[in-house]
Amino acid sequence: MSRRFTPKVVTANLLREGDVVYLTADDRWSPHHHEAELIEDEAHAQMRLLHASAQKLLVVGAYLADAKAGAHGPEPTHFREAFRTRGPSNYPHGKQADLV
Amino acid sequence: MYSYSDFDEAFVRARVAQFTQQVERRLDGSLTEEEFRPLRLMNGLYLQLHAYMLRVAIPYGSLNPGQMRQLAHIADTWDKGYGHFTTRQNIQFNWPKLPDVPAILQALADVEMHAIQTSGNCVRNVTADHFAGAAADEIADPRPYAELLRQWSTDHPEFQFLPRKFKIAITGSPNDRAVTRAHDIGLRMVRNAAGQPGFEVMVGGGLGRTPMIGVTVREFLPEADLLPYVEAVLSVYNTLGRRDNKYKARIKITVHETGAEEITRMIEARFAELRPLFGGNDQKLLADIREAFAPPAFRNAPTDAYDAFHSADPVFRAWADTNLTAHRNAQYAIVTISLKAHGETPGDATSAQMRLMADLAEKYGHSDLRISHEQNVILPHVHKSDLPTLHAALMQAGLATANVGLLSDIIACPGMDYCALATARSIPVAQELATHFEALKLEHEIGPLKIKISGCINACGHHHVGHIGILGLDRAGVENYQITLGGDGTETAVIGDKTGPGFAYTEIVPAIERILRAYLALRLEPSETFLQAFRRVGMDPFKVALYETEGAQDAA
Repeated sequence: MSRRFTPKVVTANLLREGDVVYLTADDRWSPHHHEAELIEDEAHAQMRLLHASAQKLLVVGAYLADAKAGAHGPEPTHFREAFRTRGPSNYPHGKQADLV
Repeated sequence: MYSYSDFDEAFVRARVAQFTQQVERRLDGSLTEEEFRPLRLMNGLYLQLHAYMLRVAIPYGSLNPGQMRQLAHIADTWDKGYGHFTTRQNIQFNWPKLPDVPAILQALADVEMHAIQTSGNCVRNVTADHFAGAAADEIADPRPYAELLRQWSTDHPEFQFLPRKFKIAITGSPNDRAVTRAHDIGLRMVRNAAGQPGFEVMVGGGLGRTPMIGVTVREFLPEADLLPYVEAVLSVYNTLGRRDNKYKARIKITVHETGAEEITRMIEARFAELRPLFGGNDQKLLADIREAFAPPAFRNAPTDAYDAFHSADPVFRAWADTNLTAHRNAQYAIVTISLKAHGETPGDATSAQMRLMADLAEKYGHSDLRISHEQNVILPHVHKSDLPTLHAALMQAGLATANVGLLSDIIACPGMDYCALATARSIPVAQELATHFEALKLEHEIGPLKIKISGCINACGHHHVGHIGILGLDRAGVENYQITLGGDGTETAVIGDKTGPGFAYTEIVPAIERILRAYLALRLEPSETFLQAFRRVGMDPFKVALYETEGAQDAA
């Protein structure tokens, strides 16, 4: 029996910088998770992943990550994805510092 | 220390030029990511969780001050002002941008460094005892052998596509400070009955998901036979190693599946074929390399200043008692600079700290620096009369933490704060453990202790051979930490035993405290170390302390 589809966002790393980014509904790559398009339909998710994967000069390693709706947009549901939104926790020198 | 030959220089420059073109072709779309990925990995460039990561080799952990300063320059120019020294005597830069990597490799080549073979299924950076050429207990300096192995293995046409990565460690002392028994090949220098130096050769050690201690395939290998014998081991592995399953591809599985006796027979048979082919050129090369590792001109001077400071200054004494090791010259000491200040990331050094260590090595350390697999920096030759001044300079830079060999001298892999493979964080656990026990003022009371933390089953933090090992895992979407006890990475190496169910992130530091309070209660006397006590009483009292204490939480 196939598993029930859960909401996703498309995420990847920028080819040149390596930074974590998220695909928005208007086809931008945002560094902010909450700006990502929250995808609730499996077929649409596959289409968006194909769209992302085709952007070979912009991003690397696009994949679908679990997410949920939050007060200000999509939020990650797994701690790995939560770390990817803000950077390393040992010093405030990753994404969390760059995005301030 | 070894300087590049014309061949080395040309080889490294050619690789930089080649990779520069490959990066350009990736950026203009001529190469796909699928085509580019193996090429970047062959040059030490990974794509990690948050950014690219460049792993730079520090062969057998040796650096000169100019190289250390260049690492600082790279950190400032193309990274975030720091570097991370790893458990395999590499340095990793966590934030390079892809278009900058060719310039970084060029800067490395300018000081005879590179990132070649720091990734991929090839012979990785050959590691060695970080006290090489200085230790009082040494039979012979292992660095010339390590350099010989480096030259032989670099771009070796037969061994660029092994079944899996291959790690060699070498120690020139019978006391193993290079974790040789947990490497694919471990070489431990010993003497035979006639007093001649040679190597005990161990094969098939390794940590990761199937931790194993290497088996001894030769009790005594004459030093002149080193290269053909290592080639024989690689040759047998290249033939037998499993390429059908990456989880069974390391030589430890080959040794296990083939049997120690049979694999020894095969290695010896291959060695018999290979040995005549070497014809002595390797020994001529080794003799040349040895000249580069001639001991420095040791100074003959009184050590009264050291003795006076040691008696009068308790801060200096505490540092000297933990961070100094006996040198072969009684007027000298081996200094370990701790990169484990309480609450800091194990193995990280800022560019300012790197420059200071380079300056100090130049002024007081015969221009020699080492990186230990325990993620510290070593000045192997410091005259005792210079130690008070050196200590004062280290204090000013926050580099005089007196904790080498103690609880907070923790090995920790990058974990999920950086690594794409990690399943949990390891650095914050190390940071919390260090600050927690610093606040309790128990570190010196507990005494010698090796805590090692890995953020995934690949065990880069060597947790299996920690007296206390911590393994971070993902259990149903939550960070969970398993504890092992009784591991040992020395010449008496043993894999630690799992205590039982793991602990949640918030529970791991209290759990370690329960173990250590149990140790303090049951040790026979203060001189009985944690490992000795564990070996005497076994696991049970620690399990009781861990799991039968009110408030203990099984998060598994």
